[in-house]
Amino acid sequence: MSSPPAKAAAGNAAYLSIQDVVKEFDGYKAVNHVSLDIAKGEIFALLGSSGCGKTTLLRLLAGFDAPTSGRIVLNGTDLADMPPYERPINMMFQSYALFPHLTVWQNIAFGLQRERLPKDQIAQRVEAMLKLVQLGKFAQRKPHQLSGGQQQRVALARSLAKQPQMLLLDEPLGALDKKLREETQIELVNIIEQVGVTCVMVTHDQEEAMTMASRIAIMSEGRFLQVGAPADIYETPATKFVADFIGNVNLLPGTVETDEADHVIIACADCRHYVGHGITGTLGMPVTVALRPEKIHVTRSKPADDFNTAHGTIKELSYFGSFTVYHVELASGLRLKVSQANTVRHKDDELTWGDAVWAHWSRSAHVVLTQ
Amino acid sequence: MAAADPSLLKRLATGRMAVIGIPYAWLLLFFLLPFLILAKISVSEMENVSFKDLITYKDGLLQLQLKLSNYVFITEDALYYKTYIASLQYAAATTLLCLFIGYPFAYFMARAKASVQPTLLLLVMLPFWTSFLLRVYAWKGLLSEHGWVAEALIGLGLDQVLAGLGAITTPGKLMNTPFSLVLGMTYTYLPFMILPLYGNLAKMDLRLLEAAADLGATPWTAFWKITVPLSMAGIVAGSMLVFIPCVGEFVIPELLGGPETLMIGRVVWDEFFSNNDWPMASAVAVVMILLIIVPLALFNKYQAEAREVAR
Repeated sequence: MSSPPAKAAAGNAAYLSIQDVVKEFDGYKAVNHVSLDIAKGEIFALLGSSGCGKTTLLRLLAGFDAPTSGRIVLNGTDLADMPPYERPINMMFQSYALFPHLTVWQNIAFGLQRERLPKDQIAQRVEAMLKLVQLGKFAQRKPHQLSGGQQQRVALARSLAKQPQMLLLDEPLGALDKKLREETQIELVNIIEQVGVTCVMVTHDQEEAMTMASRIAIMSEGRFLQVGAPADIYETPATKFVADFIGNVNLLPGTVETDEADHVIIACADCRHYVGHGITGTLGMPVTVALRPEKIHVTRSKPADDFNTAHGTIKELSYFGSFTVYHVELASGLRLKVSQANTVRHKDDELTWGDAVWAHWSRSAHVVLTQ
Repeated sequence: MAAADPSLLKRLATGRMAVIGIPYAWLLLFFLLPFLILAKISVSEMENVSFKDLITYKDGLLQLQLKLSNYVFITEDALYYKTYIASLQYAAATTLLCLFIGYPFAYFMARAKASVQPTLLLLVMLPFWTSFLLRVYAWKGLLSEHGWVAEALIGLGLDQVLAGLGAITTPGKLMNTPFSLVLGMTYTYLPFMILPLYGNLAKMDLRLLEAAADLGATPWTAFWKITVPLSMAGIVAGSMLVFIPCVGEFVIPELLGGPETLMIGRVVWDEFFSNNDWPMASAVAVVMILLIIVPLALFNKYQAEAREVAR
């Protein structure tokens, strides 16, 4: 579903370059020394909880606010003194900000009319946009006569009509309900890729970011915590915060017991981890082992390997249909979240509350975090 | 929402009907009824101090007698026609002035910091704390010879400009001119323009202006293409609140207009109280009301249709 990873790496020259940008509001740094290069054609997501500075950064790109310090360069042009109405950037607003007194057609034409293009050219362009978002039949409707999904498509068509060098999306699917959101995610990516526009989106929804973006920046308190492809961020989070923020994770504190070039052994309260790769650390160093729930298996019988296994009791069980999440309480009192795909319809010997089980995981399942 | 109890809905609907119905009943009683009485008087024949009945029944003959001579007279005497036109013109000039002064005022008030907005609103309403009559009367002093405002305007040479525009007849004399009349009406009715405009502009979604800027509209273009069309309801409401009472205004023309500026309110007054010709006065008043109501009704119909199309 997500864009081919090749796209992220393609075109090493930065198309958009954010250089050490700071935005202060009354002494509070909403954006705190942020630097980022985005390649042409990339779909880049700024992901973070509310108040992390992602929307502020987007507004700096659009030109609604000016950075306190730092530079923003698009395609070789410094945007510093360029007001929003001169920037070759268009934005799709959160909850769309469609002009309520104008028809769908007029909304899409608005930006083109500001360029004083000839009438037939505007008409041609608007028709093309209406076709792209499949709203031809609704051209003469007013925004309030459209459904949420249709409004979203008008907003997209309006922001693409001027063929901007960069498209900004502010919580593009935030106003839609879950079912429609999933369909629209794919449709939106298809349209953006069809047009080939470079895109920066802001979202608090990690699924949305992972599905749509070729690269993601995790933001917190005005800073980037990690920038990378969705799979990199999920499988190799750099910090405990990122590991915890993206998806579900078990965080097990421990110390380095053996430190070899090709493996390390980490001792925790309930188990000993055999990690099949070296880490940059020293013997006796306190670390955190991150384990994703879907990478752990539960069985009644003791696994063969003495490493990477822990004994406990099922205290909690949540059935989600396609998978079940077990909360296994270990001897130390720590609870391990384990998710198991339900591959058969009704197992004879189903695990249930109070069962004593063994949890085990492979030697490549862990991420060892030092911060 | 949970499925509502139908009987509760019914009761709610009745409650709403009552809330809306009572003011309507009030308007019906104290506007429509007097208007009908006025209309009846305007077609009645005077008989000493009372009116003849419109409908008489005598010798098996049912007679409806409508005396239309008053209306005929209004169309024949150029004085009435000119006065009506003048009233509409003065009211229109006042409305435009209020709009030009009031719109920027309301705009910046609505865009001011939220903390100062209540104060600004209070200042707009402050004049209401003094009697309207007193405030209009005060203008008499300010505009008459050696009044501050008159001295200042004449000192700046603005009386020449006003004379050039035809708002005053002789430079140096500001009172009892179309200028003093329109000034007084603009001063009095300005808050009625500002308040609906402010209410409208304050609730405007400012992201729409950001969206316009994002799409390449300069602040000036965004103002004309987005702000003004979206505040049309406020413009219409404010203009009506100013225009309608101005057409029939009596006190301000009486105090500030002088004998040169005839407005229909004064003609009605004269017919009623100087000439004691009630049917004639009523006819003049009825025509005035029709002059205001007919365009208003047409306008409302147009608006309703436009809304219907939009829906």
